[in-house]
Amino acid sequence: MTPPAVQPQQHPEVPDYLHADRGIWSWLNTRDHKRIALMFYVGVLFFLGLGGLFALALRTELLTPDRTIMDAMTYNRMFTLHGVTMVWLFLIPSIPTVFGNFILPMQLGAKDLAFPKLNLASFYVYVVGAIVMLGGMIAGGTDTGWTFYAPYSSQTPTRVVPVVIGVFILGISTIFTAINFIVTTHTLRAKGMTWGKLPLFVWAIYGVSIIMLLATPVLGLTLLLIGLDHGLRLGLFNPAVGGDPVLFQHLFWFYSHPAVYIMILPAMGVISEVVPTFSQRRPSSYWAIAISTIGIAFVGFFTWGHHMFVAGISELDAGIFGLLSMFVAIFSAIKVFTWVATLYKGSIHFNTPMLYFFVFLFLFTFGGMTGVAVATQSLDVHWTDTYFVVAHFHFIMVGGSLAAFLAAAHYWFPKMFGRLYSERVGLLSATGVFLGFNLTFVPQFLLGNMGMPRRYYSYPPRFQWLNDLSTGGAYLLAAAILVTVLNLLIALKWGKKAGPNPWRSRSFEWLTDSPPPKHNFEEPPHLGYSPYDYTISEEEARARAQAR
Amino acid sequence: MNDFLRTILFLPPQASTIAWQIDTLHYFVILTTMGGATFITIVGGIFLIKYRRPGKNAEPTRQDPAVKTPVWLEASVVTFLLTLFCVWWGVGFSQYMKIRIAPKNTYDIYVTAKQWMWKFSYPDGSHTITKLYVPARKPVKLIMTARDVIHSFYVPDFRLKQDVVPGRYTTLWFEVKEPGTHQILCAEYCGTGHSQMRGEVIALEPEDFARWLAGGQPNAHLAGPRPQDPSNVDAFAPDQTLSMVRVGEEAAATDGCLRCHTLDGSPHIGPTWAGLYGQKVTLKDGSTVIADDAYLTESMMDPLVKIVRGFEPVMPSYHGILRPGETAAILELIKSIRDVPIGQAPGPLHRQPYPPVGAPPAAEKGLPPPGIEVMPPVQGTIEVKP
Ligand code: HEC
Ligand SMILES: [Cu+2]
Ligand SMILES: [Cu+2]
Repeated sequence: MTPPAVQPQQHPEVPDYLHADRGIWSWLNTRDHKRIALMFYVGVLFFLGLGGLFALALRTELLTPDRTIMDAMTYNRMFTLHGVTMVWLFLIPSIPTVFGNFILPMQLGAKDLAFPKLNLASFYVYVVGAIVMLGGMIAGGTDTGWTFYAPYSSQTPTRVVPVVIGVFILGISTIFTAINFIVTTHTLRAKGMTWGKLPLFVWAIYGVSIIMLLATPVLGLTLLLIGLDHGLRLGLFNPAVGGDPVLFQHLFWFYSHPAVYIMILPAMGVISEVVPTFSQRRPSSYWAIAISTIGIAFVGFFTWGHHMFVAGISELDAGIFGLLSMFVAIFSAIKVFTWVATLYKGSIHFNTPMLYFFVFLFLFTFGGMTGVAVATQSLDVHWTDTYFVVAHFHFIMVGGSLAAFLAAAHYWFPKMFGRLYSERVGLLSATGVFLGFNLTFVPQFLLGNMGMPRRYYSYPPRFQWLNDLSTGGAYLLAAAILVTVLNLLIALKWGKKAGPNPWRSRSFEWLTDSPPPKHNFEEPPHLGYSPYDYTISEEEARARAQAR
Repeated sequence: MNDFLRTILFLPPQASTIAWQIDTLHYFVILTTMGGATFITIVGGIFLIKYRRPGKNAEPTRQDPAVKTPVWLEASVVTFLLTLFCVWWGVGFSQYMKIRIAPKNTYDIYVTAKQWMWKFSYPDGSHTITKLYVPARKPVKLIMTARDVIHSFYVPDFRLKQDVVPGRYTTLWFEVKEPGTHQILCAEYCGTGHSQMRGEVIALEPEDFARWLAGGQPNAHLAGPRPQDPSNVDAFAPDQTLSMVRVGEEAAATDGCLRCHTLDGSPHIGPTWAGLYGQKVTLKDGSTVIADDAYLTESMMDPLVKIVRGFEPVMPSYHGILRPGETAAILELIKSIRDVPIGQAPGPLHRQPYPPVGAPPAAEKGLPPPGIEVMPPVQGTIEVKP
């Protein structure tokens, strides 16, 4: 038994990154990955709120079978804005640009990302994209749904062009970030860190960066073509002039299926850090997680056709896409088993991030299994374009990604701000998120089974009571998220001081002070050991990191 | 057992021959899914409780056990799952092939979808809107295309759905088990009226269906392919003399005008036609025009030129789609309701454009419904002036 570790001291003589420079300009013009991460943090939280408000408006409208608070056209715009905001302004950037940006260099033992200026540019490009999109929303929004299906998108009288241009610009921001992460992982690893010792969060961010780099250009070009179709009546996807609307679907899903993994891989990365830290043991199989990360990134590119089983693709295509989809599920299952096995005989500290892991475990497993179910072709014929699919992907994206985002927000809160949040409120709000979430989306599975199609402004009255339950759940979920955010905001000012490593983690980002100094480490560390080695004491780990 | 599972999973009745097979796979897949997710969660929960550090003490109490999950366990779990998923896929794919490949001896019906209505054309040239009549216990094949954007033909009771794509034909076949009525929903988002694009499949006993086909005088005006040449006035030859207003009403229903316009003065997606004729209309740019025949015709052929204030430019052009006779008839219709007051009726989309789908229409079952009774109900009452 090692003696209880002594909390290492902060170094008061070195100012932390929050206080290293002063003034608003030192933020706006910063090259520090940590400050850029915080600016992204503010951005994505703002859009989470905005997208959430859209969602609440939608759910309120659906309280009654016909008109409740808005007309059909407004409703259609609202669900489009909800989807577009949540996907491109929140989910896709969320974990990579905030926690990836903040944590990845520290986990690699680096001073910063490889291209700090590109990182800053990525933030401003994000802002420009967001402004263009907001402009489009204020100028009337668009009613195509986030999928922009042709030829409706080239015929609708609403403002498609600013919204697709906004998404295009956001894509550029994504690509900048992805390049930065990839190059940093290749070139800036600390001495001694081989690929086999790469932290699992880094693996996840690395995998997701590759997907972003390969898939985003396809989306950008496709949406640009939609813009041309709409603005100039080019007709590439419009059969009236010889275009092909199904081609659009292929191009769109070629990006947007992998985009699902853009949203979930970083979430898995977060979970892979949280579980070993709070169980105080190494992941039951490091390679199972690392390899399945890359496996998902790869196979994810060959399953897009499962969105199109009834769109008029050939039976052979449908068969192949269906089979390939099953393999993605296997990789995800391997991860789930590995996390659970990591708990076994651990020394578990059950707090807010762990509760979020537990929430994630159920929601992601159930959501993922229903994913396999909808990839089963004959079942998908009934389910596709119904609320079943809506519930399925919200289980993955809200249940999976958002739960992991909140887990990360709590887990790395002391790292980022040097303070502790209220554990009691954290646990309470996490429970609220879980209950609210299930109340919102379990009824939607049943609605899908009953046959309620998605994007329905008015619906046959037999669907009403389930819709009302779902609306109630949405309010509960929103309230719980609000409490979560408030809890963290309060802790920002009044939280107890955390010390460098409150969770006694061995992961490398905790080697330095919390909040870290501007250049992360006083001396470049030597990271020739596993970030999950809990057989050695904390001091021993520190000593090793400083060994020359 | 089937009924029990179907009920707790909220699945609708199994009205087509394929439905129970799909449902059987459904039960198996969903129960495994729920079982698997619950199992993992419970195991995770037990570990979380069992290996918890006592009290609030943040000190780890156990050494890293350094146990690795044995490879044989990992391998067998993965093999088991892969086999399971492949079985789902195999059964699902073979059912999917059954859904996709129609038998030889089908009764074929042509379906045209457009914003926001379903049009069904039968082999003998007759034609219905919204209501699809089919014989029970006979395989029926739908050959479908869309005029404007993508729609999706979905009958939950059949567990079947097929996208209807402009510029292509897609097919869907089914066999209804018993006479009865089943709701059709549009499942692919297609614009403002998407959720209103409903209809119903009415399955009749084969004899009743034959009688319906024979008895319902196929209306020449509605039947057959529509001549695209706008000057082809001769093609417009109703088999019985109808008043112009009545013809206009029918044309307005068939061509979907009544999806957006009303005749009773209530506001909708487009301006109401009640009390419109001869009135001053304020346009988006603030100018006004008198709603005379010229303006009304222009509004049909080139709707984007003059946009009425307070409305969206969503109306499609009907140039080349409405035949001159129909245009005139719609003008007559609009004239005939110039005295209907513009009511402060409930807001848009308050009413179901179709009668609710409920019990199979007992009356229709026995006596063949007349072939012309195919219009979606016109909203409000129309004062018909001869
Ligand atoms: C997609 C919904 C839609 C459909 C279908 C539609 N309209 Fe319209 N219509 C509108 C809207 C919206 C306006 C007002 C904006 C404008 O002037 O274009 C309008 C305007 C008009 C006007 C001018 C009315 C006025 O108050 O000045 C006429 C006449 C008209 N439509 C006739 C028709 C006819 C005839 C049909 C069927 C052949 C039809 N519309 C089908 C939506 C529709
Ligand atoms: Cu997908
Ligand atoms: Cu539709």
